[in-house]
Amino acid sequence: MHIVVCIKQVPDSAQIRVHPVTNTIMRQGVPAIINPFDLFAIEEALQLKDRYGARVTVLTMGPPQAEVALRKAVAYGADEMVLLTDRAFAGADTLATSYALAQAIRKLGEEEPVDLVLTGKQTIDGDTAQVGPGIARRLDLQLLTYVSAITDLDPGGKTIEVQRRSEGGVQVIRTRLPALVTVLEGGSTIRFATMPNMFRAERQPVQQWNREQAGIDDVGKIGLKGSPTVVSKIFTPRAGNRRAKMIGAEMGSAGEVASAVLDLLGSEHPRFARELGLAAP
Amino acid sequence: MTEKFDAIVVGAGPAGNAAAYTLASAGLKVLQLERGETPGTKNVQGAILYSDALERIIPDFRNEAPLERHIIEQRMWVLDDDSAIGTSYRSEAFSSDRPNRYTILRAPFDRWFSEKVRAAGALVICETTVTELLQEGGRVVGVRTDREEGDIYADVVILADGVNSLLARKAGFHGELDPRNVALAVKEIHFLPEETLQGRFNIKGSEGVVIEIAGAVTHGMVGTAFLYTNRESITLGIGCLLSDFKKTRVPPYALLEELKQHPAIAPLIEGGEMKEYAAHLIPEGGYKAIPKLYGEGWMIVGDSAGLVNAAHREGSNLAMTSGRIAAETVIALHGKGLPCSQENLAVYRAALDESFVMKDLKKYRELPEVLHGNPHFFSVYPKLFNRAAHTMLTVDGEDKHSKEKTVRRSFVEQRSLLGLMGDAYRMWRATR
Repeated sequence: MHIVVCIKQVPDSAQIRVHPVTNTIMRQGVPAIINPFDLFAIEEALQLKDRYGARVTVLTMGPPQAEVALRKAVAYGADEMVLLTDRAFAGADTLATSYALAQAIRKLGEEEPVDLVLTGKQTIDGDTAQVGPGIARRLDLQLLTYVSAITDLDPGGKTIEVQRRSEGGVQVIRTRLPALVTVLEGGSTIRFATMPNMFRAERQPVQQWNREQAGIDDVGKIGLKGSPTVVSKIFTPRAGNRRAKMIGAEMGSAGEVASAVLDLLGSEHPRFARELGLAAP
Repeated sequence: MTEKFDAIVVGAGPAGNAAAYTLASAGLKVLQLERGETPGTKNVQGAILYSDALERIIPDFRNEAPLERHIIEQRMWVLDDDSAIGTSYRSEAFSSDRPNRYTILRAPFDRWFSEKVRAAGALVICETTVTELLQEGGRVVGVRTDREEGDIYADVVILADGVNSLLARKAGFHGELDPRNVALAVKEIHFLPEETLQGRFNIKGSEGVVIEIAGAVTHGMVGTAFLYTNRESITLGIGCLLSDFKKTRVPPYALLEELKQHPAIAPLIEGGEMKEYAAHLIPEGGYKAIPKLYGEGWMIVGDSAGLVNAAHREGSNLAMTSGRIAAETVIALHGKGLPCSQENLAVYRAALDESFVMKDLKKYRELPEVLHGNPHFFSVYPKLFNRAAHTMLTVDGEDKHSKEKTVRRSFVEQRSLLGLMGDAYRMWRATR
């Protein structure tokens, strides 16, 4: 079984500050970490490896420094690391990123077919949760998002069963492989690396792929050129200054309280009241 | 795990990095273990870098190392409650193409140094704590780490694990630290625009100023304070002996707050934004507190070995030098195919004795004891000197002869003639 885990090196957003004048992110001195959600994806992959045996490849796209993130993943127990790095990838939005990663996974599949792709549910710097689904769509993989646990996997029968968090409950879903799973936080926390794996992580060479090596011919689909997203403005939202009103619990019945709430809404938001068919006060 | 190395270095501070770099550059198979997330994250120093010690290891370090300012002026201030008397030395000669001292920030500096160690071929493993030394028949044969399958073997283990050296203590190589032999220092880094800094300290370009401070701010405890100029910040710190802190119950941060409010200091840091607070222990027991430095299959270097010259505020240079000499000892033995036995490692101690490291420590061997026995050096004299200056510099119609008499009387009243002579003798003996 071949598992690919897509990870991203991100600035530790807990330590980021926004420049008060220019509104740009001040990255100086902010440590780079593995996107915390991706750590849960790595651990899921390693547990599948422990249970069923698997080759785990970690894949990332980023500047050469991103190899630190890959080495860390190998220290935890991943087998191989691939770094997509090329100036042509710079400035990619989620569309272009998912294209580049999908192409790389396709390429990895030529060596050994990929059964499962794992990612974190989203990154802490972009927060879009779009890259995972983007890859699944491009590679025609079964898409399982917001997965809290992989409960069963049949490498021979090529099926997978997961628990997926959805509004109001947990869905248990079984589908066929190959699949792409985006993993939620809160599963098993990442393991403590063994000493032999620490050594291996330092010594093993990182496979660095540029655009051609990743099997990408169309420059228009990657990097800035392949990114239709435009960030037109970044600003810090002003802290809200809203009033709270206590509606007396001493009023008695629930119906009376509800009427009081509706009256208040009606007086504050006449349009809302009209649409609901409430009498304007 | 069966992997074996020529040498294991525990710790990635100046001593450990110097040792690992020197060993790896000579082609030995070296493993360096560091408990911090990256080298430098756990390390604290003032910090002044003394060029000579590093130059002997990495001759062209000036081209690459992250340095803050080269020191062209040193001031020494003795404070009373709201005054300061002092001296200074400033010279253009310190602005040569090979400056003698620099201020540094340890986090970026250590990261750079560690990159050099890696590039030299050492295997550097972080986030890994060595829990104990592996011993067989009274010989150190390797280390045990906090990781699974974490026993690793080597011909020699160099302990550069810092002032506490829990490993040396656990192995019984030295005892518990005596609070009389350790200083506790706290410091803050205050950011200021470069132009403001240059204006306040009368410097240009990358020139820098160091102020060493003693007196009333230590509340009579044995200790000193310092102010270093970095590129865009000021490091301000104060440290006293741990035993004195225990006695006075004064919290260290309170001393630092008082220092910051002193009328001679406050204007220098005014408007700065505090960016960092750190505390650290410094081994200041000197020559007499130095433990055994080597044994069967092990050596101890830097702060772990207590190699700090408190009188001159030197430590990192002693650390780097001891790390280098320890490494050279191993390299020589390795070249001859000789084992790292206690007998063979005696060369390390002998070479240290021949170097400035032990010569300087020996020169000041009586100093810690003298300072312990004479707390008035840190309480009475600063007041006397400040008042003497004030008397002599106040023009008020009183004649100079009478003023001198007043000053003399103030000294004799406080210390008696015999006491003054005794103090002078003790200081001479402590520093000869």
